[in-house]
Amino acid sequence: MLAFIVRRLLWMALVLFAISVLVFLIFFATPGVDPARQMAGRNPSAETIKSIKHEFGLDRSLPVRYGLMMKHMFITRDLISYGSHTRVIPEITSAAPVTLSLVFGAAIIWIVFSILFGVAAAVLRGTVFDPLLMILALIGISIPVFWLGEVVNLITQSRLHDSFLFSWVPPLGYTPLTQDPFMWFKQLIFPWLTLSVLYIGFYARVLRANLIETESEDYIRTARAKGLSERRVLFRHTLRTSMITFVSLFGLDFAVLVGGGALLTEVVFGLPGVGLLTFNSLTALDLPVIMTTVIYAAFFITLASALVDLVYAWLDPRVRLA
Amino acid sequence: MAEPLLEVRDLKVSFRTEDGIVRAVDGISFTLDEGEVLGIVGESGSGKSVTMMTVMRLITDPNVIYQGSIIYKGRDLMGLSRDAMREVRGEEIAMIFQDPMTSLNPVYTVGWQIEEQLNEHNDLKKGQARRRAMELLAQVGIPKPEQRIDDYPHQFSGGMRQRVMIALALSCNPDLLIADEPTTALDVTIQAQILELIKNLKREFGSAVVLITHDLGVVADVADRILVMYAGRIVEEGNKEQIFYDPQHPYTWGLLGSIARLDRPRARRLTAIAGQPPSLINRPQGCSFRTRCPQAFDRCRAEDPQLTAKVGDGHLDACHLSVEDKRERRDKTINPELAETA
Ligand SMILES: Nc1ncnc2c1ncn2[C@@H]1O[C@H](COP(=O)(O)OP(=O)(O)O)[C@@H](O)[C@H]1O
Ligand code: SF4
Ligand SMILES: [Mg+2]
Repeated sequence: MLAFIVRRLLWMALVLFAISVLVFLIFFATPGVDPARQMAGRNPSAETIKSIKHEFGLDRSLPVRYGLMMKHMFITRDLISYGSHTRVIPEITSAAPVTLSLVFGAAIIWIVFSILFGVAAAVLRGTVFDPLLMILALIGISIPVFWLGEVVNLITQSRLHDSFLFSWVPPLGYTPLTQDPFMWFKQLIFPWLTLSVLYIGFYARVLRANLIETESEDYIRTARAKGLSERRVLFRHTLRTSMITFVSLFGLDFAVLVGGGALLTEVVFGLPGVGLLTFNSLTALDLPVIMTTVIYAAFFITLASALVDLVYAWLDPRVRLA
Repeated sequence: MAEPLLEVRDLKVSFRTEDGIVRAVDGISFTLDEGEVLGIVGESGSGKSVTMMTVMRLITDPNVIYQGSIIYKGRDLMGLSRDAMREVRGEEIAMIFQDPMTSLNPVYTVGWQIEEQLNEHNDLKKGQARRRAMELLAQVGIPKPEQRIDDYPHQFSGGMRQRVMIALALSCNPDLLIADEPTTALDVTIQAQILELIKNLKREFGSAVVLITHDLGVVADVADRILVMYAGRIVEEGNKEQIFYDPQHPYTWGLLGSIARLDRPRARRLTAIAGQPPSLINRPQGCSFRTRCPQAFDRCRAEDPQLTAKVGDGHLDACHLSVEDKRERRDKTINPELAETA
């Protein structure tokens, strides 16, 4: 177990290093990118550009520049954005809680409802409810999240906002949990529901397929031959082994969303999260911010894959942690 | 005579499929006494598993159609409620299956799986179930049960897993143990050990056993009585001596001819019966074995032979040949070498 953790941490460090180098090189290989010129404003003199270059270390060799950037990111934590000239680390640390709030809430909703729908569809196989639920799930998968978000906003923020149904809905935005938990919840409930729709549909379908596949396993027949109740067979045997695929998918989807993949939902609901930050930095070709958000995302994705492996080994004893 | 433990009366099991109705079991009747060992033998697809799975009411296919009755200790199992049937399953009638590799849940320890069964049917205190599970593992010959009880199925060999399955099945002292091809997936040496184990435990636990196999050689040692099944019907029934020393049905001769025997020249040892079993959807008119039967004659095409006793008490067969004809032709089929030299 300890060996597993150490190995995974080393692996994570290696992945983060490789990704940061790659992003760094891509940035400097991209034609037309000259941060000094960007920063200097309109029609700068050669002197100004030169002094900016010197100030930001842009006149040094590539490895030194990479080293400087890492130093500012991790050690002195005072990396400056080329675009806004503000510090990057506080930007990330203020955007991360927004994204984490959004994704955690949505994840809870999507786990609960996808299990509910997936199990219901599998149990009701042979009745009309199974295809009905699966069509519903397919619709959920197919609806573009930004469109759904806009419709939700249209209803809750303008058209029906004055009706008793939605008059409680606060304006778009984010209030920290620590500041006003109730406001936090009220502002996030629609973003949560909107973001989870796609995943509920997808996970319900995957789970149903897994349940039906597991149902035909010999050990399920053994469980019935033991005289167990249908409920126990379903929850302790069929569902338990079907969760293996579910969990590994979940870990990676969750990580991608935390890493900035919930951009569209953040934009539609005006949530200043990591997705929005990444998007803005990419359009501005702002290397320090790109670098920081990419490393942030890679951190969560490698962390999640390590956690998935742990949970996987716990769910399926045939998998040995080596 | 005492009431039999199990009496199956004119059981028919069919499945609705896209191609038509598959008559997997087509009118089977037999009885089983307490403590008796019944062998059910037949080629793959002859309806052995479906018959005994029906007794356990374990068929989950929604397209199944049943007819007939299954009387266990005076109660018709077909009429029992789901919950009442659960009490029977595992506690009164237990079943072990062909493939020990896939019959245990991979995500729970073997101890957990045995304890689950014990707790389902008994009010046990904490620790009691575990102690009993350990005893059972010892009884089925698993070395170091106090350690192995916390191992997962994948940590056992095939033979050891089948022992675990047997421990599981016997955990509630069932009156009837159904073993569906318990040795088919195992090595020959392990097969013999498992059969020996079933024989010993049967004596110890006193339960009746139904042993399903496609290999007559497997039941030779263990079974008191044998049913020979073909295409969903019983074609011959008798005690061990009758089936092995005076087999009446040409299909049984074929099965006897395909037993691996060391006293025969290698080439002659495993002669499977030529041809394919008939379609269970459109059963041909007359004897269902006639398309493969070397002895078939006119009457076989026109008339369906009924299962009747012709040669002795409790020895039934479904074939139109006269007893004299059978005995004469049989030797040529089963022991061609002997017939040639004679
Ligand atoms: N669920 C099912 N649907 C359709 N046909 C089935 C089903 N289960 C079994 N059968 C058919 O019933 C016949 C008997 O099967 P089975 O009892 O498993 O044979 P065996 O004697 O090898 O145990 C086979 O031809 C099989 O194809
Ligand atoms: S009835 Fe005819 S076809 Fe059928 S087994 Fe007897 S001889 Fe063969
Ligand atoms: Mg079978």
